[in-house]
Amino acid sequence: MKQFISFVIKETKHILRDKRTMLILFGMPIVLMLLFGFAITNDVKNVRTVVVTSQMDHATQQAIDRLAASEYFTITTTVPTPKEAERLIRSQKADLAVVFGQDFASKHSGVQLIVDGSDPNMAQQWTLYAQQTITSARSDMPLGSAKNSQLSALNTKLLYNPQMKSAYNFVPAIMGMLLLLICAMMTSVSIVREKERGTMEVLLVSPVRPLMIIVAKVVPYLLLALLILVVILLMSATVLDVPLQGSVGWILAVSLIYILLALSLGLLISNIAQTQFVALLVSAMVLLLPTVMLSGMLFPVESMPTVLQWISAIIPPRYYIQAMRKLMIMGVGIQEVWHEVAVLIGMTVLLLVVSLKKFKTRL
Amino acid sequence: MIKYLLQKEFLQIRRNSFMPKIIFIFPIMVMCVMPWVMNQEVKNIRVDVVDMDRTTQSQQLVHQIEASNYFIFDGQKATYQDAMKDIETSQVDIILEIRDGQFLIAANSVNGTKGSIGSAYLSQIVTANVIPTVSAIQSKVNTLLLYNKGQNYKVFMIPALMGILMMMLCGFLPALNIVGEKEKGTIEQINVTPVSKWLFILAKLIPYWIIGLVVLTLCLVLSWLVYGITCQGPLWLVYLLAILIALFFSSFGLIVSNYSNTMQQAMLVMWFFVVCLMLLSGLFTPVRSMPHWAYLTTYINPMHYFADAIRTVFVRGGTFQAISHQVLALAIIASFMGVWAVQSYKKNS
Repeated sequence: MKQFISFVIKETKHILRDKRTMLILFGMPIVLMLLFGFAITNDVKNVRTVVVTSQMDHATQQAIDRLAASEYFTITTTVPTPKEAERLIRSQKADLAVVFGQDFASKHSGVQLIVDGSDPNMAQQWTLYAQQTITSARSDMPLGSAKNSQLSALNTKLLYNPQMKSAYNFVPAIMGMLLLLICAMMTSVSIVREKERGTMEVLLVSPVRPLMIIVAKVVPYLLLALLILVVILLMSATVLDVPLQGSVGWILAVSLIYILLALSLGLLISNIAQTQFVALLVSAMVLLLPTVMLSGMLFPVESMPTVLQWISAIIPPRYYIQAMRKLMIMGVGIQEVWHEVAVLIGMTVLLLVVSLKKFKTRL
Repeated sequence: MIKYLLQKEFLQIRRNSFMPKIIFIFPIMVMCVMPWVMNQEVKNIRVDVVDMDRTTQSQQLVHQIEASNYFIFDGQKATYQDAMKDIETSQVDIILEIRDGQFLIAANSVNGTKGSIGSAYLSQIVTANVIPTVSAIQSKVNTLLLYNKGQNYKVFMIPALMGILMMMLCGFLPALNIVGEKEKGTIEQINVTPVSKWLFILAKLIPYWIIGLVVLTLCLVLSWLVYGITCQGPLWLVYLLAILIALFFSSFGLIVSNYSNTMQQAMLVMWFFVVCLMLLSGLFTPVRSMPHWAYLTTYINPMHYFADAIRTVFVRGGTFQAISHQVLALAIIASFMGVWAVQSYKKNS
């Protein structure tokens, strides 16, 4: 046991003495959390709007005021012809144009929205918001045939995330990515580094059992991962105002399973790779890329073609991220996530068995 | 002299077992797989209906939801609690409850975009069903979608991918190459030759610029062959923008490599800056939704100018006039970085 502890201390020193890596390890989560929490949003805000009208009358003015008063739209300028508006949109000086017809005031018709459709999602949202703003402006007018009563019969409730902050969606995703990155990549690189430098030989001839060497290598990373997990959770609760809805115990428990899974993945990579470069490459190409792209972190899985959906079914972070979204954000009980947890446990056992089977005590 | 230096660089790239693969297979893979993945389209929203009224009108509404191509009708549930169970296990995304002529739409908006777009569409369907006059008014507000009429997400993403590829090929690879020479110690041999630092740097970068432009051409051909998406504006502008962004990234890579000693260091530092540049550039999310302090950073973010300009040319079919402002900004940033890169390169170690 004493031998084991001294091995753990040795590994911890390895990590602590490498300043740049430490900086990246703790800097990366914080920067990513801040970026995703504050800067990366899909909200409809400050949409640059051009008004196209030949003459400004009372009715048009009212509709324009409505648009300008809403936080979504910023009226930038007024131009006489739709062609002019299109030129503005094309040169990226506007996103949306509202064209009022000649007889807008008398007939209550003849409004056209010209939308920059290059980003389909945002175009859809801009259109919906503009339509709602303009129609509600219309129905307020005395001659408007539609009554506002329809709105009272219809209630919309946005569950779990009423302000529609993207941080709610991203925090679990960042956890999934970072834990995998730290556990799998760092462990594999640190084991392979010993191989590459030839110090593995020294370790293997020491009286400590080979398996213990590996376990001792893994322990500091396990602690580090837990520490980073705590940092992320604290940051999300205090800085980003993403509340922890579910029970912290279960969140930690599921995370622990995931960390174990990532560690056994790292072990497996270190068995295959002979040089640090290969280990880095394998973890970047085989782990990081699919995690970011296919796990549903940034891009929803259900919008992908079927083949890619099948591939994403074998990517562990997908299940972890899903489970965390449910546990953290939606605050459901553990019985609602048993499916994800079962898959994660299955994968962990499988990877652990394979990587231990593959583990060689000889070089 | 530059001829021989270039020959050496190309030979070095060719003799490396790994480089030619990454240079050609990587872009092809990126172009063929990524556009399918990078898709934030909101579709296939699963809906549960809790119909307490069971009137003809509510039946009609259910049929309308079934018919809409945004929604997948998951089923009728007896109570709201039953439907909530489905939301909690993420089997459905939206519940529509109809009770005493009142409608309640409850959307799972952990993914905010999905929640808001889904509930907005559903409320449109409901409103149109309840008050036909409203839908009549709404239909009078007609919408003209410019440029991307098919609402195809790939059209939006392919120009972004081109930028990412240029960044990889003209930024990461030269940086790793130069740091690699440092690590191996072969840079010493160059430093004692009469080759000036300008010449050396140019000889290092020109191969990657050529490769970058070849790959860009490959991308344009692939996007035409695989997706049928072609450039709407003049092609030379795409190349101009690509050259400018390549200039920026290779200078940036050079600066990073001048200040780091090992490949691992260079890799990590590059990766960190590149992620920030990319996420804050508007390649994926609109910059105007960002908070003000983050929006201010886009003024010095070359990727932002590039993203704006290449989409203007590629998707919107803009001419030089439409992007002159972005070209100017890119040129200024790129030349600033270029001067810095050459200044910071020292021949004495």
